[in-house]
Formats: sequence, C-alpha cells, structure tokens
Amino acid sequence: MDALLSVEDFTMHYRTKAGWVQAVDGVSFALKRGQSLGLVGESGCGKTSVAMSIMRLLPYNSEIKQGRITLGGRDVYAMTSEEFRQVRWKEISMIFQAAMNALNPVYTVGSQIVEAIVEHEPETTEEEARRRVAELFDLVGIPAERADHYPHEYSGGMKQRAVIAMALACNPSLIIADEPTTALDVIVQDKILREMEEIRRRINMSMIYISHDISVIAEVSDIVGVMYAGKLMEIGEADDVFKRPRHPYTYGLMHAYPSILGSKRDLATIPGEPPNLMSPPPGCRFNPRCDRATDECRAVEPPLTKVGPEHRIACHNPVWAPSRGGEQVGAAR
Amino acid sequence: MALPDSRLNNDLGDTIVSVKNLKKYYPVGRGFFRRQHALLHAVDDISFDVARGEVLGLVGESGCGKTTTGRMLVRLTNPTSGSIIVDRTDVSSISSADMGPFRQRVQMIFQDPYESLDPRMTIFDIVSEPLNVNHIGNLEQREERVAEMLTRVGLTPPATFMFRFPHELSGGQRQRVAIARALVVNPSFVVADEPTSMLDVSIRTGVMKLLMELREDFGISYLYITHDLAVARYLCDRIAVMYLGKIVEIAGSEEVIKNPLHPYTRALISAVPVPDPAVARPVPNVRGGVSKPINPAPMCRFYERCPVAQKVCRESDHPELREVEGNHLAACHLL
Repeated sequence: MDALLSVEDFTMHYRTKAGWVQAVDGVSFALKRGQSLGLVGESGCGKTSVAMSIMRLLPYNSEIKQGRITLGGRDVYAMTSEEFRQVRWKEISMIFQAAMNALNPVYTVGSQIVEAIVEHEPETTEEEARRRVAELFDLVGIPAERADHYPHEYSGGMKQRAVIAMALACNPSLIIADEPTTALDVIVQDKILREMEEIRRRINMSMIYISHDISVIAEVSDIVGVMYAGKLMEIGEADDVFKRPRHPYTYGLMHAYPSILGSKRDLATIPGEPPNLMSPPPGCRFNPRCDRATDECRAVEPPLTKVGPEHRIACHNPVWAPSRGGEQVGAAR
Repeated sequence: MALPDSRLNNDLGDTIVSVKNLKKYYPVGRGFFRRQHALLHAVDDISFDVARGEVLGLVGESGCGKTTTGRMLVRLTNPTSGSIIVDRTDVSSISSADMGPFRQRVQMIFQDPYESLDPRMTIFDIVSEPLNVNHIGNLEQREERVAEMLTRVGLTPPATFMFRFPHELSGGQRQRVAIARALVVNPSFVVADEPTSMLDVSIRTGVMKLLMELREDFGISYLYITHDLAVARYLCDRIAVMYLGKIVEIAGSEEVIKNPLHPYTRALISAVPVPDPAVARPVPNVRGGVSKPINPAPMCRFYERCPVAQKVCRESDHPELREVEGNHLAACHLL
C-alpha cells in the first residue's frame, strides 16, 4: 500500500500533577497521496493530540507509550530534530485552530509568509518568495496587493485564507487543518471549504481535516475517522460511515444533529458525559453511555476490527440499521 | 413564597413581546482629532412580536445585531429609539425601583457558561441569587426552591451539586446551572443567546430538549438567538432572519427552511453543511463578504452581495418588511 502517512497503534499520554491523561490510545490509520481524512469527535477526544503527534509538536509533558508514525515511509520519531525540520512545512504543514488570530499584528501578512518560505528554503531569494506569495494569494482568492496589508485590515475569512496560503507556501504533500472554519460564519465557511477542496484536488495533496462538526467532515472527507475518549471508534470511507454507521457512538452523533434537510425529526440524545481520561472506564470507553452495552463491553476493550473492505470499528455490539441520514439521500432541499 | 405564576396570565392577551421601530446606533471612529463620529447601525428599525408561549428564533451571522436586540429586550442595553413592551411593561421607561419585579418576569441565558457563572460562588449561591435580590422566601424556602430547580434541569441529586463550584462542573452541567438560575424566579419570557453553541453535540441535544420541556412545563416564551439555522428549525416556532441590523425575513420555521423568499435567507440556507456525503449542495448564491453597517447608504442593505439586485434596489431605500405570502414577511423590492 502506497500510504503517504501511516499511524500504527499509536498511544500517547500526558503527565499531569493528578496523574496520566490517556489522550491517544491505540490509534491506527493510513492515508494515501491525494486522499482526505476527516477526524471527528468532541472536545477532549484526542483529535488535536493526534495532529500534534504527527507534526511532532507535543508538549514536554507528553509521552509516547507505543506505536509509530511514518511519513513517506520514514519514521517521524526516528528522525533527528534537524531532519524533521526539513520535513515540517515542506512535506507536512498544519493550519492551527484559530490560527487566523495568530498572525503577527505588526508585520504585513505577505512578509510573514515570505519569512516562512525563506526560513525553510534558504536557497530561495526574497524576490522569488514574494512572487510565490502572489501566486499563493491568487490560489486562495486574495488580491495580490493585499500582501502589503496588515492583519487588522483583513476580515476573518481573509485571515483564514492567508493562513491557508501560509500552510501551502512550501508545497507540502500533506496539510493538517484543525477546525479551519470553526470561528467563521456559514457562508464564509462554505467558500473556504470549497476552495480548500479545489486546491487539494488540483495539486493532488493529502489533507487531514479535524472538526467537531460531523456535517463539515461529511462534505470534505474521503475517509472519516470518529474519535471518542482517546480512541478511534470507527473509520471508513465517508459513504460507508455515513450511510451505515456501525458504532453506536457514530450513530448517536449523527442523529444528535438537527438537520435542515428532510422532514423535521426528533433528536437522539446520548446520555451522560465523556469520561475523565485519567481513569477511563474499563472495557469499551463508551460503555457507560451506550444503550447497547453488555457485560463484555464493560470488561473487554474492543479491538478495531474490519466490518467492510475499508471500514473498521471498535465495538462488540455494532449497530446494523442504516442511518436515517442514508434514507434522506436525494431529499429535496 | 410569592412567585408569579406565568401560566395564570394567559387570559391577559396573547402577545408577550411587542417591539416597534427598535434602533440601536453605536458611535464609532470617535477620536481626539475627530469630533464628528460615524454611527454603526447595529439594530436599525426592527419590529416584531412574540406570542405568549412561542419560541421566536433570531438567526443571522456574527455582527448582524441579534445579540444587541436580545440585550435590549431585557434592558441590558438601552435602545437609541423605538418601543419595547415585554409582558405589558414598557421596557424603556422602567424605573430602577421597578427593575426588580421586571427581572423576575424576564430573564436571559448567556452563550458561554464558562464566563456567565461567578467562579467564587457555589451553585446554591448562583441559583439562589435571583431569589435573594428579589427578597423571595426565607433561607429554607430558597434551599427547597434551588433543589427543585436543580432537579428539574437534570442535576440530580441536587445535594451533590448545591455546594460545588462552577469549575467542578462540565460545560453542559454549567449551562444547566445557568438555566436553573434564569428560571428560578419563574419568568414568563426568556432571551436565550446561543445557549448551546459552546457545548459538544452529545451534550447539546440534552440541553435543547431541556429548554423545550421547560417551555411546556412553565409556559415560557423564548427569544432564541442562534447562528445555526438547523438548531433554529428544531427549536423555534417562527424564525426571523437578520442581516446588518435589519430583519429581512420572518415566517414559521418550516416555511423559512423549505420556502425561503429573501435572497439572503436562500444563500444562508444553502451554505449550511449537510451530514450526508451523497448530497451535493449548490454553491450559495451570494457575492462578497459582510461589511459593517456604518452610516449605511439609503439603499437595500443586501445590495452589494445580492445575486439578483436591480436598479431599484440601489435607488430606493431599504425595503420595508411586508407580507409576501400568508404570514410570511420579507424585505425585498423584487418579491
């Protein structure tokens, strides 16, 4: 398999005064060149920790307990930090959550991107870098002359576009976008997601989208991974996962969202709250909130197992009914 | 303990909120050398009613004036002009002495339960504060009432929550505390400003359902402010869509979702992502981005972004909200 990125049985915990936080536990997935993966889950489920692990940007109090991450066949954590510096931004870059607020207010937006390019590609002259910025702005839909403006002269959507341009600056083969549109209004969100998808297709780039919003993930992902309490609960091709969610958590999540499609329907509630990751429940981490839980679920942790060619779930007692979302296909808007 | 029972007021008219020509202008760009300031028309001449027991959704993008409207209704912000009648009280002329009784009937739930609860107060102190300031009941009665409210919002058993602090609770539990605080005085009208937007999905549904149950049980009317049309559709009887300080469309929820008339509402609806990869959404038909309504020109507010704008939209003033179809109002020259 020609995987660009492969995460194998990856477990990463944070050390805190109160104890170990089991933030990422046995997560495995692979991503091919040109594919997009959507990681969906609620706050604290470990989706950003997975991204930070791939980017090798973990804080000092983190510890990798097992597993490995390979990028283009090379083990990310076997590289020296100098070697990885060459990889970061040039092969893999990231759009951080609320990154639009991270632009430095006292420099023009263009000069900040020029700096990123020159820093990572010392052979590039500033002149060339400037020309690249103009191309990038064109790609993300910002008029080139806006490069000389300061962040406060940009709207929220434009700042987000500039941050995307920055992530694209060194032609990476993979971009991780952590909640790239969460702070934006729906019309702007729609535009930016469409633009990102178009760029991805045009330059055959891979993408990992991270979001709490299952609708956003549905729209941009080839593959969908659902995380809960540090675990990957379900992963598969978007069509399979959305038409036939097998994991009760995925099923619950999909039916907890009101939709503007189809007829107005009652919403499903998932009782309780996510567990404290310092002492997750034994067995399946979702079992205290699951209406399908059995004694096995409360005692034995379910491994990630295949239920279709590209569809895997971690559940002893999967859902077999098709989702109501699937029935609505073709419903008039 | 003397609590007003809003259910008894049903025979006294079926309109609880009546807003007429409400405006709120903020001065902007005032500086040391600039005496003449511009005016930001945050809310610009809007009128609407809320029927008793009704949930009216106020929907729009950030900066459209929906929160300012909500705050004026509970008089946390003073209007520039216009009249607001809430539960037979003229909100703009309430004296400070009458503010207490007014706040017993009108309450607000805020967006962020991490900011709206005082971190140094216990849950009991927070929920009983409205009873304290209004001198309702003695300590024992207050304790009983707080326990009753906590149970009602799903924080059970109440004894395990009463003497904890907000930081010990999750976001969903905090928002339930905020709801209990708003409803402890048995208000007849509540402004809910995005009360579920900070919550995770699996928690959010529970809070939404709770708000609806409480509406049934206590006969509360809500103004429900949200940016999420799907949430508004689920919770509200009617939806009002705001754009740059103006209400551009107002009708029954299903009507707005299924048969949007105003070009802005249409764009907004087609931009909502759909949790189904098999559905290809049309590209929202709208140009440019939102600007700020600072000294707006006398033309349709949506003109710059409107895909179907005509000469008349630029040459005449912003169109009046008028009935286009039965009980379906829109503000557009072309309808």
